[in-house]
Amino acid sequence: MIAGMLREAWSAMGANRLRTFLTMLGLVIGVGAVVLMMAIGQGAQTLVREAVATMGSNLFIVLSGGTTAGGARSGSGTAPTLTLADADAIAELSSVAAVAPTQFGNAQLVYGAANWNTQVMGVTPSYLEVREWRLVAGQPFTEADLRAVARVALLGQTVVKQVFGDEDPVDKTVRIRNSPYLVLGVLAPKGQSFDGRDQDDTVLVPLTTAQRKLYGSPFPGTVRFMMVKALSEEAMSRAERAIDALLRARHRISPEGEADFTIRNLSAVADVQAQTTRVMSVMLGAVASVSLVVGGIGIMNIMLVSVTERTREIGIRMAIGARRRDILLQFLLESLIVSVIGCLIGVILGVAAALLVSRVTEMTVVVTAVAIGLAFLVAAAVGVFFGFYPARKAADLKPIEALRYQ
Amino acid sequence: MDRAAAASTPLILIEHLHKQYETDAGPQPVLRDVSLRIEPGQFVAVMGPSGSGKSTFMNILGCLDVASSGRYLLQGNDTSRLSGNELARLRNRFIGFVFQGFNLLPRATLLDNVALPLLYAGVPVRSREQRARELLARVGLERYAGYLPSRISGGQQQRVAIARALVNSPRLLLADEPTGNLDSATSHDIMRLIAGLNAEHGTTVVLVTHEADIARFAKRVIHFVDGVVDSDQIPAAAGLASRALP
Repeated sequence: MIAGMLREAWSAMGANRLRTFLTMLGLVIGVGAVVLMMAIGQGAQTLVREAVATMGSNLFIVLSGGTTAGGARSGSGTAPTLTLADADAIAELSSVAAVAPTQFGNAQLVYGAANWNTQVMGVTPSYLEVREWRLVAGQPFTEADLRAVARVALLGQTVVKQVFGDEDPVDKTVRIRNSPYLVLGVLAPKGQSFDGRDQDDTVLVPLTTAQRKLYGSPFPGTVRFMMVKALSEEAMSRAERAIDALLRARHRISPEGEADFTIRNLSAVADVQAQTTRVMSVMLGAVASVSLVVGGIGIMNIMLVSVTERTREIGIRMAIGARRRDILLQFLLESLIVSVIGCLIGVILGVAAALLVSRVTEMTVVVTAVAIGLAFLVAAAVGVFFGFYPARKAADLKPIEALRYQ
Repeated sequence: MDRAAAASTPLILIEHLHKQYETDAGPQPVLRDVSLRIEPGQFVAVMGPSGSGKSTFMNILGCLDVASSGRYLLQGNDTSRLSGNELARLRNRFIGFVFQGFNLLPRATLLDNVALPLLYAGVPVRSREQRARELLARVGLERYAGYLPSRISGGQQQRVAIARALVNSPRLLLADEPTGNLDSATSHDIMRLIAGLNAEHGTTVVLVTHEADIARFAKRVIHFVDGVVDSDQIPAAAGLASRALP
C-alpha cells in the first residue's frame, strides 16, 4: 500500500519537475545554511576548546605585586614579593595538584649555522605536569638538574623546526646567549594558545639556571610568576581561597589589607571565551533555521496550489474508493519526499560549502553527524508540518464537489 | 409492472428520497419524493432533460452525494447511516463508475489507472497488475498497458474506464452519459460492451443518457422530469421495440 503510494507520489512530482525543484530549493538553501553555520560554529568551539586544553586545565596564575617608583606604579609581577618558598608552601595545600614557578625571557639560540630568537623560560619539573605537556623525544630535566643549575634544555616544536630542520636534536648541544646547553628532550606540539601565540616557539630550562646563569636576578630566591594547578574543577574556588589565605599569612598581610600578589583564574577566562563561541554558534544556527521555516512555507504554498490543481484527480480517486486517509497520506508523502530529497541535497551542498570555506579561508569548520542528523530531522518535521494542512484540505474535499471541479 | 417485486432483496431500494441544494435564493429542490427499487441484474436507463435531477440521482446512487431526506438502501445497507470511510469502501467494492469525460488519471499508465481501485482495496501489487491486465484484455487494450491515456482515442479511453470500473467485480455499474463525448459508431461499441457485461456477468447497470438511441440498450427506462419519476417502463420486447425510436 505505502509502496504503491510512494510510487504515485514520485510520479506526481516527476510530472512537474521545475516546480518540484523550486519547491525543494527553499529547503535546500535552508538545510545547507544550517549545516554550514553549525559547521562554522562547531569549528570556532573546537578551536577554543583545543586552545584551552593545550593551556592545561584548572589553572591559576599567581603574580607578584607591583612596585611604585617615584609615584609611578608598575604592573603586577614587577616587585619581588613571591619567593620559591611561597611556591613550595602552595604546593603543600590539599586542593593544589602542582605549582610551577616560572621565569620569562627571550634569548638568541644558535646551533651550527642556524640561529633563532625565542622565548626561553626557566621552569621547575612540575611545569610539564601543570601544562599537561608531554615530550615526544628524550627526557625531562629533574630536581637534580635544578639543584645542580645544569645547562640543559627542552625544545618546542617550532624551535626544532627552525634550528634543526630534520635533524634529531636530542643530545645535541645548542648555544643560548653563547653558553652551551645540552638538549634533553623535545616537547609535543601544542599549537596556538587561545590568545593566538605559538606555544611551540619556546625553550624550557631549569628555573635556577635561568635565574643565575641566563638572566640573572637581583633578588635570588624570588619569582614573579607561577602557575598553580588545582586538583579538580570543583576544587578551584577552594584552592583560590586557600592560596590567598596562605600568601597573606606568609606575607603578614591582614585579610582586609592590600595584597602584594594577584591570583588569576585562567579557566574562568577560557570559560568566558568558550561561552561566547557557544552563543555565537547557537545564534548562527537560529538564523539559519529561519530559512528552514521559509522553505517549509514554500512547500505548503506549492502543495496548496497542487491540491487545487488536482481537485478533479482527488475526486476521481474518491469515486473509485480512496478513503480520507488515503488522500491525506498521498499528499503528506509527496511533501515528505520533497523535503527529504531537498534536505539530502541541502546537506550535500552545506558540507561542500563548509569544506570550501575551510579551504578558501583559514577558518576551522567541523561538520558533525549531529548537525546533519538534526538538519534532517528538522527538515522532515517541516515537511510533515507544512504538508499537513494542504493534505488535510485535499482529504476533506467532498467527493462530488471534487469530481465536478473543472 | 414490478415483475420481480416480492422475490429477492432489491439491490437498490429508494424510498421518499428528497434532495435540495441551499442557494442564495433559498432551498432549490432537485429530487422530490423519489421511490423505486432496482433488482440485481437489471439494466436500467435513466433519461430526462437537463436539470431533471437525473445526474443528482446518479450521484446519490453512487454514494458520492447524500440525500436530504428519505432512505437509500444499497443491498440492504442504509447509506445514510454510513461514515465517509464506509461509503468509500462501498464505492470501492460494490460500485463501478463510468463517466462522460472518462476521468482517467492523465499521468498514470492505462495499467495503473485500471489497477488504482485495487490499490485502495489493499490488494498486493503483483495481484493488482495481473488483475488489471486481465481487465485490459477483456476490453481489448492489453497491448497499450504502458501507454498514457492521452495517447489513445476517446473510445479506447472509455474502454479503459470500463475496465477500471470492473476491476473490483462490482455488483453495480453506474454509467453517467458514457457515450456523451463519443461519435455514434464508437458509442454503439461501448454500449455493446456494457450490455454484454450485463448479459454475461449479470452486473446491474444503471445508465444515464439523454439519447433514446443509447437508452434502447437498456431493459428498463426511467424518465425524470423536474425531480420526480415521470415514467418507469419496461419496453414490450426489451431492446427491440425501442429500435423504432429516432
